[in-house]
Amino acid sequence: MKEPADDHAPPAGIPVRRFEPVARPPAPSAVSNALVFGWRAVLKFRHVPEQLFDLVMTPIMFTLLFTFVFGGALAGSPREYLQFFLPGILVQTVTFNAVYSGMNLSTDLGKGLFDRFRSLPIWPLAPFAGLMIGDVLRHLIAATIILVIGLILGYRPEAGILGVLAAFALLVTIGFGFGWVFIVLGLLIRTPTTVMTLGFSFLFPLVFASNIMVDPATMPDWLRAFVEANPVSLMTTAVRGLMGGGMSLGQIALALLAPVALTALLAPVTLRLYRRQ
Amino acid sequence: MNGHAPGGAMPMAGAETLPLAVSAFGLVKCFGDVRAVDGVDLDVQRGAIFAILGPNGAGKTTLIRMLATLTVPDAGRASVMGHNLIAAPHKVRAAIAMTGQFASLDEDLTGRENLLLLARLWGFRGSKAKARADDLLEAFDLSEAAHKQVNAYSGGMRRRLDIAASLIVTPGLLFLDEPTTGLDPVARQGVWRMIRDLAGAGVTILLTTQYLDEADQLADRIAVIDHGRKIAEGTSRELKAATGSGTLHVALTDAARLGTAARLLEARLGGKVQSSAEGARLSIRAATPEQANEALASLLAEGIELADFAMGSPSLDEVFFALTGASSATDEGTSG
Ligand SMILES: Nc1ncnc2c1ncn2[C@@H]1O[C@H](COP(=O)(O)OP(=O)(O)OP(=O)(O)O)[C@@H](O)[C@H]1O
Ligand SMILES: [Mg+2]
Repeated sequence: MKEPADDHAPPAGIPVRRFEPVARPPAPSAVSNALVFGWRAVLKFRHVPEQLFDLVMTPIMFTLLFTFVFGGALAGSPREYLQFFLPGILVQTVTFNAVYSGMNLSTDLGKGLFDRFRSLPIWPLAPFAGLMIGDVLRHLIAATIILVIGLILGYRPEAGILGVLAAFALLVTIGFGFGWVFIVLGLLIRTPTTVMTLGFSFLFPLVFASNIMVDPATMPDWLRAFVEANPVSLMTTAVRGLMGGGMSLGQIALALLAPVALTALLAPVTLRLYRRQ
Repeated sequence: MNGHAPGGAMPMAGAETLPLAVSAFGLVKCFGDVRAVDGVDLDVQRGAIFAILGPNGAGKTTLIRMLATLTVPDAGRASVMGHNLIAAPHKVRAAIAMTGQFASLDEDLTGRENLLLLARLWGFRGSKAKARADDLLEAFDLSEAAHKQVNAYSGGMRRRLDIAASLIVTPGLLFLDEPTTGLDPVARQGVWRMIRDLAGAGVTILLTTQYLDEADQLADRIAVIDHGRKIAEGTSRELKAATGSGTLHVALTDAARLGTAARLLEARLGGKVQSSAEGARLSIRAATPEQANEALASLLAEGIELADFAMGSPSLDEVFFALTGASSATDEGTSG
């Protein structure tokens, strides 16, 4: 490009237009910032509906395989096994779900999108709050799909609609608590696939050495001790209680232990890591 | 700590009383052993277009990211739009906008949704946010692509949307990191025009570029940085003048004599010839017109015919290469 730009040349690509200065409106609240990021998560569902496919495919496969392949052997009949298994698979769904949001965060951070957010005068945690809103929606959608499939296969929640609603509230809380683990991983690790690998290596032992698939009564003592103390088992027991009737407040308190502890511990770490970058 | 800058007040008085747009002193940023920015001082006047010129890895992005509150400096201090960078980053953020080297857009959303998102984050509500997004789409000639997802945009469209995203609220200071890299000449001119328009509206622009012609065309003032240090600063004219002498340009009728001519000129004038094969052109610095005359005479004495010759001030290319000590420009630099 040797020739100087001609100030009077016809507009090239961008129409001639004087920029009218636009002033800043009154600063929005932290909540409003967070809701805007939540709206972003909703738009993502609309534009990338495939992401839901990733979330529900594994649990659907698990449900079908376990119910029909192992169900008879494990519980006498597929029908009875489903009754036992479905609340557990819901817990598995929301914990695995949280891994995907860590991956999404890692992808976002790698693209420099957060640079824009960080140079805005907004509540610094708003993008994460928005992420959480998106996660909650994802948990609800995925859990609903699994429940509907369960109902079609013959699952019956004995505690009725209220039990199911309470169970969903607990599931969202569980997903929220686990979410922090993967947000921290997402902030630390720039390769989304590494976040996924690390996330699943952390979750697999927790999910499989739990009471989701089988009753630990038949396990050797040492394993049973682990399974019974495993937070995933505690959560599963509570969700089973809520949906099948016969829950106790003690069970729910135990199930909430891990999510509450994770939030208290990792929310400040998240803020630190984000500020440090 | 900062000498000037009367707190966070936004004075509305005459321009002289306003603090500088940027006033930085001794900024340092290291990544491990790499001193990406190694003690840079920078003063940028309000309303100016200021260019930071430097080769790959010079530290342009790191410098600009520090000034935009995205990276914390390891040493040094700075005030941006009158606010201390370290002590009051939130106030700095309210007065600036940044378009990074790589697009910071949500690829999954449409162009309009990207702008709406930012408008709402700034505090525009309901129909005001929509109006703001639509205004910007129109101003940047993106109305037709408004409802396409960004991952279907071309490089030029992305660049425009990315710049539009920085202008939701008119910033006092706009950082543009390599705003025209990867754009075709038409799109590039479009961005230049837009930058001038913004400056005309009173926005201070701090841009980085690797293109000498871009700095030459746009900027009121240019800082040249290399290896994290500022090696020169001034207007384009000053930089050219500081390289000292003028430059003798000759074009030969017979390209075969290029080598001989180059040797003769170097022997006479003691510098290094820069040649471009196309058109058999040579240029070399000459301290005085008399010396240039003698050099031309020696070419003629050798029977080398000249198609053309001229004595001019050095181009910004030559200034740049003289400053950075990089090897001869040959056919580099002026190609767009
Ligand atoms: N996050 C980082 N981690 C490690 N090194 C970095 C990081 N960012 C920059 N650097 C190093 O700092 C130096 C300056 O980089 P910077 O990106 O500021 O250069 P630049 O002038 O913008 O280059 P370009 O023209 O290629 O964009 C380079 O040596 C680069 O490798
Ligand atoms: Mg750069």
